[in-house]
Amino acid sequence: MALRPLSAAALALFVALGAAACAPADEDTSTSASASSSSSAEACAAGALPTLKSGTLTIGTDKPAYEPWFSGDDPTNGKGYESAVAYAVAEKLGYAKDKVSWVTVPFNSAIAPGKKSFDFDVNQVSISDERKNAVDFSSGYYDVRQAIIALKSSPAAKAKSVADLKGYKIGAQVGTTSLDVVQNVIKPTAKPSIYQKNDLAKAALKNGQVDAIVVDLPTAFYITGAEITDAAVVGQFENTVGTPEQFGLVLDKGSALTSCVTSATTALSKDGTFAKIEQQWLSEATNAPVLK
Amino acid sequence: MTSYVKSERQLARERYRRSRAIRSAGIAGASSVVVAVAVVVGILSSPGWPRVRETFFSWEAARASFPSIIEGLWLNVRLLVVCGVLILAFGMVLALMRTLRGPVFFPLRALATGYTDLFRGLPLIITLLLCIFGIPALRLTGVTNDPIYLGGFALVLTYSAYVAEVFRAGIESVHPSQRAAARSLGLNWRRTMRFVVLPQAVRRVVPPLLNDMVSLSKDTGLVSIGGAVDAVYAAQIYSGKTFNFTSYVIAGLLFILLTIPLTRLTDWVTSRMNRRQSQGGVV
Repeated sequence: MALRPLSAAALALFVALGAAACAPADEDTSTSASASSSSSAEACAAGALPTLKSGTLTIGTDKPAYEPWFSGDDPTNGKGYESAVAYAVAEKLGYAKDKVSWVTVPFNSAIAPGKKSFDFDVNQVSISDERKNAVDFSSGYYDVRQAIIALKSSPAAKAKSVADLKGYKIGAQVGTTSLDVVQNVIKPTAKPSIYQKNDLAKAALKNGQVDAIVVDLPTAFYITGAEITDAAVVGQFENTVGTPEQFGLVLDKGSALTSCVTSATTALSKDGTFAKIEQQWLSEATNAPVLK
Repeated sequence: MTSYVKSERQLARERYRRSRAIRSAGIAGASSVVVAVAVVVGILSSPGWPRVRETFFSWEAARASFPSIIEGLWLNVRLLVVCGVLILAFGMVLALMRTLRGPVFFPLRALATGYTDLFRGLPLIITLLLCIFGIPALRLTGVTNDPIYLGGFALVLTYSAYVAEVFRAGIESVHPSQRAAARSLGLNWRRTMRFVVLPQAVRRVVPPLLNDMVSLSKDTGLVSIGGAVDAVYAAQIYSGKTFNFTSYVIAGLLFILLTIPLTRLTDWVTSRMNRRQSQGGVV
């Protein structure tokens, strides 16, 4: 009996110790963030950044890696716009092709708090102020426009304006700005269908379960050109917000690499490297009629 | 007829027991408080807590995402009710098919056995994909391509197989003497089943049945693979836009609130059955 309070105290102590033991040592993100804010040249020593695995750069992307951003679901081959961009950024940071390793990162784990398995993630993620509360972004590496595609046989393919699209069943992928366009620009009368992956949206389009789907312009041209040849790009949407929408590389919030990666992307965009890569991999993305 | 007066010793005994009960309740309470405080302090003092709080427990995000999540939950509830009724009916039919006696019924028995083997083994997500994206691809006239109906159909296919096995277990647990007694009273197979076997069988399997229904309530969300928006999916849509996970916590809490009444009902039915059985009263 006399042991009871003692054992209770022991238990409490054990729990407290356990909680303390589980608590990881703080990585001290505040100091690294302030250190990285002074982006001087020696802070971005080529090939010697404070990466996850020293000496190599670990880049994340989701699987499947879609055309035309990647080629053949293989990010390591340098083919496809984002794969080429990733290697260009790596090179700028001083990491040759053999010093780059890729890791599969589902969208949700790229944005979750906690330890990241990558140095930066490249996955057609649009930069937004809301999202900056959760992750860091590099500067933009691609100006995105959203487009809508429909089967050529569908009446939706004849739409000439945003208002013409209101009456149709429209699909988009979850967590994309394409979905924002559906909800905030088109505002269809029927509930939009929202898919986990673009593959499912494409299947639904083929089945006639949706009349049209919204994707970004390069994807739209790829789908209509190679995957669903009896579909056509109906048109693209104007940028409704003041700044053009851009894809950015995703980094952990307060990452020590953010400033270096950002200066790399900014430099590559200024010297025309991104434009060249775009010419090479997204050249089909010619102009589609703008829906007003 | 003197009324019973507790002896001095009995009163002392009761006093002692009361004091022990109070003491142990006090110790249990104090111990719980100490553990709870230790856990809370441990979590709150962890280095990642401020970010976790912002990402998972933000009032602002909760308020912003709640309307769409509750709208999504309505889809879960409708699917649960409609599919639940269909599953119970179809599961019972399957169970009866499997318990038919006599060689002439072999094809029916084999069919029901094959069905339960197939759909219990097939992962639900695959059944859903095949139904939602496969059936419309057949281009059958007059067949809907609405993902909600097709998804509901897939849920009925899979869950009926589970429920059929539960019912069958119940039917086979009724003692053969019950059947023999019914037949000797002149009841035919149909009436034996209806008045003697099934009432006992169903009563016995209510807890596992309700368990399957609780499980179904959460699996209704998987219909979202076809593009329909349920509570969890509404949460995901919000979190995909803002990179904030609070909406998932809200959806989780709503599901718990949805299943608690079901769980309480299960407990109540179980305890009621136990009382009835332990009385040794009517079978």
